[in-house]
Amino acid sequence: MIDRTVPADQQPAPGPPSAPDPGTGDAVLSLRGVHQVFPTPRGDVSAVSGIDLDVRPGRVLCLVGESGCGKTTSARVAAGLAAPTRGSVSFRSGDVAAMDGKERARFRRSVQYIHQDPYASLNPVRTVYSTVSAGLRRHKLVRDRREARRATAELLERVDLTPAGDYLDKYPHQMSGGQRQRVAIARALAMEPEVIIADESTSMLDVSIRVSLLNTLGGLRDELGVGFLFITHDLAVAKYFAWDGEIAVMYLGRIVEHGSTPRVVNDPRHPYTRALVSAVCEPDPDLARTRDRVRLRGADIPDLTDLPPGCDFHPRCPLYEQGDCDTVRPPLVPGHDRLLACHVVGGG
Amino acid sequence: MSHVTDHPAAPPAERALLSVRGVDVGYRTGRRSRVTAVRDVSFDLYPGQSMALVGESGCGKTTLGLGLLRLLPRNGVVSAGEILFRRKDGRLVDVRSLAREELRRFRWSEAAMVFQGAMNAFNPVLRVRDHFLDTFRAHAGGRRPRAQLLEHSAELLRMVRLDPVRVLDSFPHELSGGMRQRTLIALALALEPQLLILDEPTTALDILTQRSIVERLAELREELRFAMVFITHDLGLAAELADRVGTMYAGRMVETGTTRDIFHRARHPYTSALINSVPPVTGDLRIPESLPGGPPGIGALPPGCSFAPRCAHAVDRCASTRPALDVLRTRPEGMSHAAACLRSHELFAEGVTRD
Repeated sequence: MIDRTVPADQQPAPGPPSAPDPGTGDAVLSLRGVHQVFPTPRGDVSAVSGIDLDVRPGRVLCLVGESGCGKTTSARVAAGLAAPTRGSVSFRSGDVAAMDGKERARFRRSVQYIHQDPYASLNPVRTVYSTVSAGLRRHKLVRDRREARRATAELLERVDLTPAGDYLDKYPHQMSGGQRQRVAIARALAMEPEVIIADESTSMLDVSIRVSLLNTLGGLRDELGVGFLFITHDLAVAKYFAWDGEIAVMYLGRIVEHGSTPRVVNDPRHPYTRALVSAVCEPDPDLARTRDRVRLRGADIPDLTDLPPGCDFHPRCPLYEQGDCDTVRPPLVPGHDRLLACHVVGGG
Repeated sequence: MSHVTDHPAAPPAERALLSVRGVDVGYRTGRRSRVTAVRDVSFDLYPGQSMALVGESGCGKTTLGLGLLRLLPRNGVVSAGEILFRRKDGRLVDVRSLAREELRRFRWSEAAMVFQGAMNAFNPVLRVRDHFLDTFRAHAGGRRPRAQLLEHSAELLRMVRLDPVRVLDSFPHELSGGMRQRTLIALALALEPQLLILDEPTTALDILTQRSIVERLAELREELRFAMVFITHDLGLAAELADRVGTMYAGRMVETGTTRDIFHRARHPYTSALINSVPPVTGDLRIPESLPGGPPGIGALPPGCSFAPRCAHAVDRCASTRPALDVLRTRPEGMSHAAACLRSHELFAEGVTRD
C-alpha cells in the first residue's frame, strides 16, 4: 500500500522492507477489559477504564494522548508490572494472572520495557557490559564471562553502538542521552523479547538523534519481528514509527479512537484526535500560519476523581451538542474503517 | 543602509533594541582552565521582533540566552564583546558594564527571562501572590499600595487566561504544568519589559497545553509589542513563533535569516539536516533523515568548520578553513540571510539544501 522507502544505510541487513508476518499473525500480547483503579484520600481514581489492546509480532501499536490519560498505566499493566484491578492480560493466549513460576519467567523475558528517561533507568555504578549482560547471567543464558562479553558486544552492534569494544566498559555518565537509550534497548534485546513496550523512549532526545533511534527500533520490528507497544504524545513520531500499524488515542483512561495509522493521523475523526493533530507545530512557517486549528472549549483536563457526566471530553469538545454528549457516555464502536467513541461524528 | 550591520566591528544599529557584538561566553572549569561555550556571536534585534535560537543540546543556546542578561552560573562569564541595549529612556547601555545595582534594575523592567523548568523558577513555599508582590517591590521603583499591586497581578494573570482568584492564593505545586508556565509568563511581563528571553518555554508540556501557550504568546506580542529571543530545539515551534531564526552549532551562530529563509531556503547543511530530521504530521509519510553523531565537545573543536566531521557535503578544505558568516541576501532590520558554510553557494546551485 505505502512505499516505505527507508534509506539503504539504515538497514543493516538486506531484506524485504517491513514484510509483515504472513496473515499478520495472532496477537502475542492482549489486554481485555483492563481497568486500573488507584485509591487516593480524595476517592478512587480510575486511571484506566476498560481498554482492549492487541500487540502482534512485527507490528506497532501506538498509544497516544495527553499526560494523565492512562498511557503509562496501561503499559505497566501490559508488562505485568502492575496487576489490573479488573480485566485480563494474556500472553500467547495464556492469562498472565494464572501463570505458574516458569511461565511467568518466560513472560517476563519475552515482554521487555524501555523507559522514558535513560538518565534514570541505567544504574550509574554499572558498566554497559554489566547492565546489558545482567539478564543473560541471571537467566543463565551464557556460560562464562567470555561468552557474556561476546553476547553483549553483539547486542551493542545490533543497536548501532559500534565498535562495541569502545562501549563495553563505559559508565552511563560517559555517554550521551541517545547512547544511553541505545544501551537500554540492548538490555531489553538481550532477552530476545517478542514484545517491546517503549514508553516515551525517544521524547527526551534531540530531534537529530530521535530519528536514528527510531530507525534502530524499526530494524528490530522488521528484521526480528518484535511487536511494539509504543507510547508517545508526539503524533509525528507515532505517524513515522507506526505507519504500517495502528494508533489508539486515549483520553482519561478510555480509548476514543483506534484504527490504522494513516487513517487516524491523516483523517482524524474524533474531535480529540483532531485537536491533537492540529496542535502539532509543523516545521513549515507558511503551513503554520494557514492551517486550520481545532479550538477547544477548555484547556485543562478535568479532575479524575470528579469526571463530568456523559462523554468525558464534552467540557472541552468543540463539537459538543446538547443532549447525548452530557448525559450518555459514548461506547467505542466500529465505524466503517475504525473504532470510534463519539456521539457526533460516530457511526460514520 | 544595505551595509551589514551585525558584524562584530560594526557600530550599534540605529534603531535596534539589542546589538550583540562579538560576544564570547566562557565557563571556568578549574583554577587555570576555562572553556568557551559561545564564540563570537553578533546580531541585532529590533523592537517587537521574535527570534528563535535553534540547535541540538550543547550548542550554546542557553548559555547565550543567560549571557545576554548576565544570569550565568557563578563560574560563567561573558568574556568578550558588547551587549548593547536601548533602554526605555532611549539611553544605550552595555549590559556587560552595568554595575550590580544597575544590573538588578535593568533585569525584569527592561529584559526578563522565562526559565525552562517552571517549577524550579518559583519558590515552592511562597504563594503565587507573594511572587508578584516581591517582584514589584524588588524591581519597580516607587511604592504602591498593596491592593493596587494585587489588582495589577490579577490583571496580568487574566492576560494569560488564568483565573486570578484561584491562582493568586495557590502554591506553585498546586498548579498544573501549563498553569505554572503561564503564571511565569505573566510574572515576566509584570514590569512591561521590552525583551523577553524564553528558554524552552513549552518543552515539558503536553501538546494541547503547548498549543494554547504558543497562541497566547503570539497574541500578547501583538498587543504589548515586546521583542522575544526564544531558545528551543523544537523546530516546529520556531517555525510558528519566530520572525527570524538563528541556528547555533558548537557555540557559533552558523546561519541566520527570516523564518522563511531558514525553513524554505536553508543554506547551511546543519540547518537543513535539523529540519529534515523532523517527521511532519500532515500529508503522506516522509522519511526523515537521521543526523548521526553529536556536536563536538567545546573543549576540542575541530580546526576548520565545526560541523565538517558530521557533514554529508564536507570537502577537504572544510576541515582546515573555518567559514565566516557570509551574508547571502541583505535585508534591513537584522533580517539578512547569512550562512557560515564554504560551500553554501555551490550546494544551493546543486539543489542539495531544501528549497
